[in-house]
Amino acid sequence: MTERWHPDERLPVIARFEVRRRAYLAPDGSINRQLLAFASDTRLLVRLYRAMVLVRAFDMKAVALQRTGRLGTYAASLGQEAVSVGTASAMRNEDVLLPSYRDNAALIWRGVKLEEILLFWGGDERGNCFSGPVQDFPFCIPVGSQAPHAAGVAYAFKARKEPRVAVCLFGDGATSKGDLWEAMNFAGVHKLPVVFVATNNQWAISVPLRLQTASETLAQKAIAAGFIGEQVDGNDVVAMHAAAKDAIEAARNYQGPRFIEAVTYRLGDHTTADDAARYRSTTEVQARWKEEPIARLRSFLAGQVWSKTDEEQLSAECQQHIDAAVERYLVVKPRAPETMFDHLYAELPRAYAAQRRELEGND
Amino acid sequence: MPEVTLVEAINLALARAMEDDPNVVVFGEDVGVNGGVFRATIGLQQRFGPERVFDTPLAELLISGLCVGMAAQGLKPVGEIQFMGFIYPCIDQLVNHASRLRNRTQGRLSCPMVLRSPYGSGIRAPEHHSESTEAMLAHIPGLRVVIPSSPERAYGLLLAAIRDPDPVVFLEPTRIYRAAKGEVEDNGEALPLDVAFVLREGRDVTLISWGAMVKETLAAAETLAAEGISAEVIDLATLKPYDEDTLLGSVAKTGRCVIVHEAARTGGFGAEIAALIAERGLTSLLAPVARVTGYDTVMPLPRLEQHYMPSVGRIATAGRKACRFS
Repeated sequence: MTERWHPDERLPVIARFEVRRRAYLAPDGSINRQLLAFASDTRLLVRLYRAMVLVRAFDMKAVALQRTGRLGTYAASLGQEAVSVGTASAMRNEDVLLPSYRDNAALIWRGVKLEEILLFWGGDERGNCFSGPVQDFPFCIPVGSQAPHAAGVAYAFKARKEPRVAVCLFGDGATSKGDLWEAMNFAGVHKLPVVFVATNNQWAISVPLRLQTASETLAQKAIAAGFIGEQVDGNDVVAMHAAAKDAIEAARNYQGPRFIEAVTYRLGDHTTADDAARYRSTTEVQARWKEEPIARLRSFLAGQVWSKTDEEQLSAECQQHIDAAVERYLVVKPRAPETMFDHLYAELPRAYAAQRRELEGND
Repeated sequence: MPEVTLVEAINLALARAMEDDPNVVVFGEDVGVNGGVFRATIGLQQRFGPERVFDTPLAELLISGLCVGMAAQGLKPVGEIQFMGFIYPCIDQLVNHASRLRNRTQGRLSCPMVLRSPYGSGIRAPEHHSESTEAMLAHIPGLRVVIPSSPERAYGLLLAAIRDPDPVVFLEPTRIYRAAKGEVEDNGEALPLDVAFVLREGRDVTLISWGAMVKETLAAAETLAAEGISAEVIDLATLKPYDEDTLLGSVAKTGRCVIVHEAARTGGFGAEIAALIAERGLTSLLAPVARVTGYDTVMPLPRLEQHYMPSVGRIATAGRKACRFS
């Protein structure tokens, strides 16, 4: 076994570090710690609940569209909805989100339309020209490569002395990449207003966390960069929201960057192109279903403000909302082929005008 | 007008851009207090403060990634990669993000950034400090690749690159950083991008080059002139997107073309130009297009680098041969 503590106790200790863990709502919906004040605001909790239910239904629909040839490859967030929703709900409009490809719940919370998300995964760049948070970054597919952008965005905020925060979402796989480290290290040096949120869903496609790192937590990776890393029960949306709120507000006050490790589980396949049964057992997945975020919040709310009728009504509303979005998505015609040149540069260079004409003529 | 070196012209352009636009920020390794290992950023931190001119940690990927985030937020980042040999961690950011942010968001976000880097051989530098891999960058759609070959063009093109609304990789030939001197008026006037410069007019053969090799190419034209061969010399200056019309126009006039570059031959940017002339200038050719380039070898360490680089003699020979062909 790898030694964790230096065997020579005569050497003086010059630094000690700690990682704290946050969890409020247990899988059965019971409170396992005194809830923060905001959590007694059931209106907020209901909003968080509705957002998670919507994205789960939306994901199911998106996967169905893919299976029937009406959508491209799609990455559902089944099981980890609380991370995206908890984080996005703690942001202000003027903050900037830098999401990874599985963070559709965060985009939806921030006002991106469902049909815009479908349009992107349906193979059309216009899906990224979304409404709502116009300064937010689009989904990042090369893992972790958006982390340096988050540092750059935060540097711009700092240069202009703005009380805004860059919030970067990524997965456990990204914590193995230099991109993330370089960004965190720089953010620490300059005390940038940026929050890094690792969605630790245990799997990077087929590679389990134990092959990703020997680190006891991902949260402790922040320690080396000189700021606070916290581990959160990522299936507890109350804890996620509270942790994100604390981190984002600290960053906004220029108290330094923060890192959140949200421990959750990817209940579905990596994408519609993946078959998770090839690399993990159904027993493992079934056990994890007991911890998923939606049921526990429903149990908690059911005791107070949430009735069966509310649930049925929400379900119908989501369906309606999604069906209408799908309809709007399906009628979008592909753009004219030659428009692939139109946003290459601010102005199309002379050298490529002929290529554009060629494409226009051939179609 | 004062005479300055190429690296001094870079410094003048950076200072001018920072003076004109408060959004311009300059950063990289050792660019702050030290003023850059080549002194390209000397005095800028004292003048514009440590927030606008700063040293980054030793992390090249970070430098290019910061540029993307800052640019999307309306700053005008000018990042420096200390030597081109260390630019490769930035390729991911250039290919996957900088060059396509405008396109992938259909204009919602854009990436007006400049990534500067000294490049090329001939300064007897250690391993990894001498390569010319500009063709690799010029292959990336959505990017601009600009290379000056004189103080005047360094000043004017760098200003243009910083003012450009899209990402530019600006490669500075180290061999002529101090060897090239010229008069530069610090008047804030940019030179056009995407345009090749005809440095010497001629009738018999077109010599096309860029960066430090322009010096040898001009010298070869001089040699040829003494033999009665009139060579036209073109500095390509912007490799991506490049000025096809000026090249084709010149070859239509001379009927002969020699392309000179320091980079390895296979897949070098000369291949692109040769293909252009084959596609659209074939009927005016009186001789095969020739390339005088570095060899398809690993860039040798300083003891052999002189043998690797195209010499005045090799360029003149290629020009002569083209003229003798017909």
